[in-house]
Amino acid sequence: MLATVQGRSPWFLAWERLRRNKVALAFGVLFVLLVLFCLAAPLWADHVAHTGPNQNHITDKIVIDGQQTYVVSPDGTPLGPGLRGRYLLGADQNGRDVMVRLMYGGRTSIYIGVLAAVITTVFAVVIGMLSGYYRGWIDSVLSRIMDVVWAFPVLLLGIALGTTLALGGISIGGLQVAGDSLWIPILIIGLVYVPYMARPVRGEILALREKEFVEAAVAQGKGPVRIMVSELLPNIISTIIVFFTLNIANNMLLESALSFLGAGVRPPNASWGTMIADGYQTIYTAPHLTIVPGLMIVLTVLSLNVFGDGLRDALDPRAKIRLEH
Amino acid sequence: MLRFAARRLIGMIAVLFAISVIVFLIFNVIPNSDPAARIAGRNANPTLIARVSADLGLDRPLPVQYLTMMKQIFTGELTSYATDQNVADQIWRGLPATLSLTIGAAVLWMALAIWFGYLSAVRAGGFTDRALTILALVGISMPVFWLAAILLYFLSFKAQLFPTGSYVPLTDDPVQWAYHLILPWFTLAVLYVGFYSRVLRSNMLDSMNEDYVRTARAKGISERQVRIRHVLRNSMIPIVTLFGLDFGAVVGGGAILTETVFNINGVGLYAGQAIGKLDLPPLMAVTMFGAFFIVLFNTIVDILYAVLDPRIRLGEAAPV
Amino acid sequence: MSPILTVRDLQVSFRTDDGVVHAVDGVSFEVSPGEVVAVVGESGSGKSVTAQTLIGLTRAPNSKITGSVMFEGADLIELPDDQFRAVRGEHIAMVFQDPMTSLNPVYRVGDQIAEMIRAHRDVSKAEALSRSVDLLRSVGIPNPERRVRDYPHEFSGGMRQRVMIAMALALDPEVLIADEPTTALDVTIQAQILRLLDNLNRDRNLSVVLITHDLGVVAELADRVVVMYGGQIVEDATLDEIFYNPQHPYTWGLLGSIARLDEPRPERLTQIVGQPPSLLNPPTGCRFAARCKYAFDKCTQPPALEARLGDATHLDRCWLTPAEKLESR
Repeated sequence: MLATVQGRSPWFLAWERLRRNKVALAFGVLFVLLVLFCLAAPLWADHVAHTGPNQNHITDKIVIDGQQTYVVSPDGTPLGPGLRGRYLLGADQNGRDVMVRLMYGGRTSIYIGVLAAVITTVFAVVIGMLSGYYRGWIDSVLSRIMDVVWAFPVLLLGIALGTTLALGGISIGGLQVAGDSLWIPILIIGLVYVPYMARPVRGEILALREKEFVEAAVAQGKGPVRIMVSELLPNIISTIIVFFTLNIANNMLLESALSFLGAGVRPPNASWGTMIADGYQTIYTAPHLTIVPGLMIVLTVLSLNVFGDGLRDALDPRAKIRLEH
Repeated sequence: MLRFAARRLIGMIAVLFAISVIVFLIFNVIPNSDPAARIAGRNANPTLIARVSADLGLDRPLPVQYLTMMKQIFTGELTSYATDQNVADQIWRGLPATLSLTIGAAVLWMALAIWFGYLSAVRAGGFTDRALTILALVGISMPVFWLAAILLYFLSFKAQLFPTGSYVPLTDDPVQWAYHLILPWFTLAVLYVGFYSRVLRSNMLDSMNEDYVRTARAKGISERQVRIRHVLRNSMIPIVTLFGLDFGAVVGGGAILTETVFNINGVGLYAGQAIGKLDLPPLMAVTMFGAFFIVLFNTIVDILYAVLDPRIRLGEAAPV
Repeated sequence: MSPILTVRDLQVSFRTDDGVVHAVDGVSFEVSPGEVVAVVGESGSGKSVTAQTLIGLTRAPNSKITGSVMFEGADLIELPDDQFRAVRGEHIAMVFQDPMTSLNPVYRVGDQIAEMIRAHRDVSKAEALSRSVDLLRSVGIPNPERRVRDYPHEFSGGMRQRVMIAMALALDPEVLIADEPTTALDVTIQAQILRLLDNLNRDRNLSVVLITHDLGVVAELADRVVVMYGGQIVEDATLDEIFYNPQHPYTWGLLGSIARLDEPRPERLTQIVGQPPSLLNPPTGCRFAARCKYAFDKCTQPPALEARLGDATHLDRCWLTPAEKLESR
């Protein structure tokens, strides 16, 4: 009998492909676990470590194996990691519990990474759509602006904005943001990456715009906003999803770099980047203070990169029959 | 060809102008505090602030302020109030170290990236490919400064294999110069090797299914010649353009992190120290310097692209 | 005269994520020296895969090729890669459909032809280039000394295809496989290229395997026609027999769908309704049955490709008797 070709939606096909990619799925799960780990910070702090992320215990002693031990020894060496409830990963120079700080710091880093990605995505999509759809002078103006922002080395731009805004914060219209608020790094990181996403979006919109279904929609009398939202947007969703995921990874790396240099998250807030900066001071005597937060960054960013890659492979249909050479 | 280059150069100047305006805005206009106090830095006192105000003409209208600042930067008069040193001088002195670091790292990363990318592509799906992909992914997931710190700790401090940072000028002692730079080169290269090898792999896999590759095979030339002369050659074009941009970015400021950790006296370290003191004049100058480098390389890359891809080079002559 | 190329029971399948695709399922035909054999069919019929298999381009880790392709006493299917490479270009050459994308954009045309020559002959670059000039001249490109240094995008479509043909003929092969050589070209240019191929065929006694879906091209050039459908051959006959005495309903459909000047104008051009069969799960009986107006109960059994007319050179794969065919056509 006849076997005809069945029609299946592109989303279904993408999901099937993603499901087959066990590695990508595993790393996706890893990311979720890391997020949960960080979200559990208050639980750990209250019930296991019995201390907050910013509490100094520089002169305290705790009992280990029946012996009274200094949290921070008189010569300045903090306690190392060990299998216990308090100071599971040791202490830092101020006697703060590294594990607790790690979890709270993670919350900050991931929070910044995700929110900045949302900002980037929203701005990039809007700018890309307007540029690509209207073309003409709107495109010229927006593209020039994007080009100029693009011309700045990402790190320097972040540093420039981070340092200048740290002193006084921003006040635009009625909106006031304090210099040490987390929103400063969030906004900075969010804006810095906009051109990197706006350009591809614009490119796709330029191409899609020429297709017949857009012509048909215009002929039906649909207004530009409706066309952008209901015709064009669904077609670039897969690009957006992939970019968003990978953008979170880049944001976290940028935040850690800025925080390490002192132009990102400001004390007393902790992030994985500030922890590395702190730990670096005593790297030869207490290397775990530097190694551990960095390792967390690597794991989180790696899981996002692998999962994002898997997403891209699943959503980007390639030729079905490909001769593998 | 000449007209093409000329047009790009004019565009470059226009962008540089826009950048200078933005730098001015970032440092003087946007923030919410008294610009004189900001520029005077952390250790400001009223006399210093008054002096800054007068020097930069901060009581004058904005366009005049902009011109004053530009004049200072371009004539090399800009001084840091926190350290009382001439900014242009410091940048000039830091340049050899930064260039040693970035050029060395760039050579290393391109060589490794092409090698790994090529291997990954021709053995796609196999063990080599998977291993290299994992390495690449880990490479791009590591914060550069953390990797630098880790390498310093394990290879310099514990294993005593390498010196613990600092820079030896090439003219003083070439061997020591290289020896001190090995770890920094490697650190800076890791991120880019990961990224570039994957881009090359992806480009090559796409190219392998192009029609002209099929034609090349139909000619009966060896598979290796097909891969190198046709697939690799065409896949390299986007790589070269990306490289130009990234190299510009690295010289322009991406090297800050590596220089800071390894204590290399380059432009990056200078900027890093300025951040700590919230000393704005050096940051302004370094930002301009960095942006200038990127725009310069952007333009070079555009012109280079025309050299590599004859379709662009020969303009719009009608095909016959 | 013994055939120069004998294809016996060729089967080519590809492993994909969705399963095994049987692109070519038991194809057999012969090509005599100096003969032009046209392989006709729609997309998905397996004609391109057949053509590419003849020159060994379908060899890959995810492909399976069985059967035999006899050329000058050797079975190309069994030939190891390095030996096949010696055959490719030197004895069997191929011209592809889209000359725009089939030439490497970053190399000069002369260098690309020279590469072909130097892959098989030990000559200097200068010699190879001068041979390239001669080749360009022989395919009718004006000013070949200058043009040999041009890049592909500086040639128009028709000229580019001539370059491809020049390149294919560089080493005087015995067989030329042309995969839809004129499909991407304007109609007026098509005629020129077909004339060129015709001349080459006559002057050099060059055998041509012409892959096409265009019966007009077939009528111009072919000596024999092989019609493919669903990965199999459904009819194999001389040009005249195909046009004046077609024996398979699919061939009727193909012929009916073109406008003919030698017959009264029909009311409508006939359309073959339906979709080609899935190559993942080919139907068990006659593969054309689902779209055939004349299908009957015997069609659930797969028909063999045989000579049913008493003419050994006219084969077809249809259960209808010759009398029924004459009536229905």
